Amino acid sequence: MKVMTLNFLTCAVKNCKSSNDSFPLHPKEAELAKDDIEINPQLLINVLPRIDWAALRTTSTELGFPTLPEQPPSPEDLQSDEALLKELHELLMETQMMEGKLVCGHCGHEYAVKNGVANFLLPSHLV
Amino acid sequence: MLPTPDTSHVPYNRVYEPAEDSFLLLDTLSSPSETAFLSSRFCSTSPSSPSPPNFGAPLVLEVGPGSGVVIAFLTAHASTIFGTPHVLTTAIDVSPFACAATNLTVRKAVSEAEAEAEAENPSTSGQWTSAIQGDLVSPLRPGSVDVLVFNPPYVPTPGLPAPPPAPLQELRDKTTFEEDSHLLELTYAGGKDGMETTDRLIDALPGVLSERGVAYILLCAQNKPEDVKGRIRSMGTGTGEGEGWKAETVGTSGKQAGWEKLQIVRVWR
Ligand SMILES: [Zn+2]
Repeated sequence: MKVMTLNFLTCAVKNCKSSNDSFPLHPKEAELAKDDIEINPQLLINVLPRIDWAALRTTSTELGFPTLPEQPPSPEDLQSDEALLKELHELLMETQMMEGKLVCGHCGHEYAVKNGVANFLLPSHLV
Repeated sequence: MLPTPDTSHVPYNRVYEPAEDSFLLLDTLSSPSETAFLSSRFCSTSPSSPSPPNFGAPLVLEVGPGSGVVIAFLTAHASTIFGTPHVLTTAIDVSPFACAATNLTVRKAVSEAEAEAEAENPSTSGQWTSAIQGDLVSPLRPGSVDVLVFNPPYVPTPGLPAPPPAPLQELRDKTTFEEDSHLLELTYAGGKDGMETTDRLIDALPGVLSERGVAYILLCAQNKPEDVKGRIRSMGTGTGEGEGWKAETVGTSGKQAGWEKLQIVRVWR
């Protein structure tokens, strides 16, 4: 599961949807893998507008990646800042979470990640 | 014709085998009229684009991908279908076997498409993020999906099968005949009018689709497609203003006594 996926996943429990604490989910005991993908600046520039930057900063820090700048870079920033471009490429495009858990900050439910697939099926008492 | 993704690795004893419904989705989504619609909606470089470019790469989701043949097709041929390779793709299925099969089908289709395209235009494929195990769109943030594709369990049945119990939520090498039957039943059994699961998905559309979002839903004649479209058109927008929901048939197959056996309904606002 690409780390980018965490930017559009949230807790599956209905009551958590409206809480700010249910996003982003927090990786726990995460085992990461890295795909070797050629850097594509134009792709990153087009992906960035749909990324929740604050959530990505949280995810980046929680996975032990460098702290991202407070504000999202503009396309011009990105084109002139090779280091940031590389960091974002590695985090969003190349890094996969293979094993571990994703924890909801609101209800505490833990979603298992196995073989790179996160399981969001809820036990019957939470449906 | 765009090549159909290879699904020879998929265990059809417990994952839905691509069939007429899957192929109708491939044909419809790659038809000139739908690629024109999708490109004008999501390719920001198109001069007639109604959406400002700062919306970013669209997120394409297939719900219940089974073998993964449809989402692999959309990912591998993103440039042709959406007018841009800058598309993110994902899929959600209740079955761990379908999730694993889909991940592999997409990877195979993308490397095949990339090998075919070669140096001339190296990136014709979209960005696959991963299959997610879940119930319909429940793991997703509100407003996050730009294109949703659903080939539902549409066969009318006396009831709905239970969701997979915990032991069936994990990949393993050996499953019993009963477990395989249960997993296959989940792929086709639709309950009353074959609509119980599709109705839940339709109810979730206003929440999960983005402003520019569009859904493609496959229906069979027993689902009473005209009633379904009528119901979608009468959905509230939530804001009380702006445009309402549209629902039109954009692909059909299998004429039987003047009835289209299967059809694809496009839903958008
Ligand atoms: Zn929660």
